Amino acid sequence: MINISEVFETNKMIEKENFDVRTITMGISLLDCISDDSATLREKVRERILMRAERLVAVGNEIGEDYGIPIVNKRISLTPAALVTASSAKSEEDLVLYAKMLDDCAREVGVNFIGGFTALVSKGMTPADELMIRSIPEALSVTDRVCSSVNLASTKQGINMDAVRLMGTVIKETALKTADRDGLGCAKLVVFCNAPDDNPFMAGAFHGVTEADTVINVGVSGPGVVKAVLEDCRDDDFETLCETIKKTAFKITRVGQLVAREASVRLGYPFGIVDLSLAPTPAVGDSVADILREIGVDEAGAPGTTAALALLNDQVKKGGLMASSFVGGLSGAFIPVSEDQGMIEAVERGALTLEKLEAMTCVCSVGLDMIAIPGNTTAETISGIIADEMALGMINQKTTAARLIPAPGKDVGDRVMFGGLLGHAPVMAVNSFGCDRFIRRGGRIPAPVHSFKN
Amino acid sequence: MQKTIITVVGKDAVGIIAKVCTYLSNNQCNIEDISQTITGGFFNMMLIADISASTKRFSEIRHELHQIGDEIGVTIHVQREEIFDKMHRL
Repeated sequence: MINISEVFETNKMIEKENFDVRTITMGISLLDCISDDSATLREKVRERILMRAERLVAVGNEIGEDYGIPIVNKRISLTPAALVTASSAKSEEDLVLYAKMLDDCAREVGVNFIGGFTALVSKGMTPADELMIRSIPEALSVTDRVCSSVNLASTKQGINMDAVRLMGTVIKETALKTADRDGLGCAKLVVFCNAPDDNPFMAGAFHGVTEADTVINVGVSGPGVVKAVLEDCRDDDFETLCETIKKTAFKITRVGQLVAREASVRLGYPFGIVDLSLAPTPAVGDSVADILREIGVDEAGAPGTTAALALLNDQVKKGGLMASSFVGGLSGAFIPVSEDQGMIEAVERGALTLEKLEAMTCVCSVGLDMIAIPGNTTAETISGIIADEMALGMINQKTTAARLIPAPGKDVGDRVMFGGLLGHAPVMAVNSFGCDRFIRRGGRIPAPVHSFKN
Repeated sequence: MQKTIITVVGKDAVGIIAKVCTYLSNNQCNIEDISQTITGGFFNMMLIADISASTKRFSEIRHELHQIGDEIGVTIHVQREEIFDKMHRL
């Protein structure tokens, strides 16, 4: 039988260490809503979302209350919009109307983000893909809850450099269209290499075409819990350190698995995956950078940081894998800047640079995330940063991503404020040497040799 | 069997256990295990109860125990057992 110390250990994690279930994300397939008429499509998609997700928020809250654990976000991921709108959208306006309809649906069912304004173009772009991508700046400027993602590369297919070039421009335009909010639109736009079909975390969540009709995916969190247990093994060796992280990740993930199973039963849709990411928030004590400091570097970004992050990421996976039958999504440690108080401090103290963050993305689960850069950074330079990040993912057979915010009118030393979960960020310096000729070449970077495993 | 974990945390005072147990008894909740410690004047109690015979729903019991906690100045949490079981047992 459960004893008093175990009960208080769990409740301490929840009350004092910010342990929560970060998101229950309902993935909904829209493939059978496809129509050749834009208005009909919007109506069918609207009906589908409202019907499937009607009880999502209420059930999420109910589970949270039953177990006494906060379920912070309830979200929806959808089949990539570029596929769904391919036969109906004739203009960017059609896509903007589609995005507005998604925004209205999100508001109606009470979810704070809805993902799937997405195009998958790792090898090539159809005219529909390109139209959707070009509509992103306007779509994100007139909506609040819609999240957009574009998969630009994969280990199997290489890097679509035409799309990388286009995204440099799209990101710039998105920032300009939301200049009054520090370029907030870019906080809801992410580009990927090897994007997972079942990621529950925003901004990159979409419901891949390999998925079932409707599924429940859950993203757990808990950087504060890991940090707290590491305080007790400050002087221990790496074996003890790794063992401690692994055990904690196991405990955290078991709760995610419980919530996912329960949500699946109560909502009547199958359970998909648990994503065992350590996802920080701007709240004090909910920081991945704090874990790195606890492991032993003075600041995130100091020498040793990449190794510390590598071991953290690996132990989280090892502990989590045993706790859930189906692990998926991004699963690892997230290192966003604006959403992590410790990362923000590291940047402000000069410990953390864009180049170090790029190195860190080689060993963690996502990529250059929520990074504000000067507003005068050229589209080509943004594409160059994206290309580097895509190359890391492609060669290392992992997911990488970039969510960059070229903050309009801001420069190094300034800060951008998004508020809420998206936090605030100091504007980081970007290498001032150009890469225009590289980006303008056009075409694709071929898939790497180790992709040929057949 | 619907096992529920009830935790009570707060400044020690006369009658905390009595209040909680009276409420549970009045609502046909069977107490299966009870343990408590007092450290530094702070009262910590954990109680495992089976609420399947109660006419009240889980959410009502949770709500009413919260109110009792407010009245006597302690924090009372009511949670389903599975979260602890999953976290601490293979």
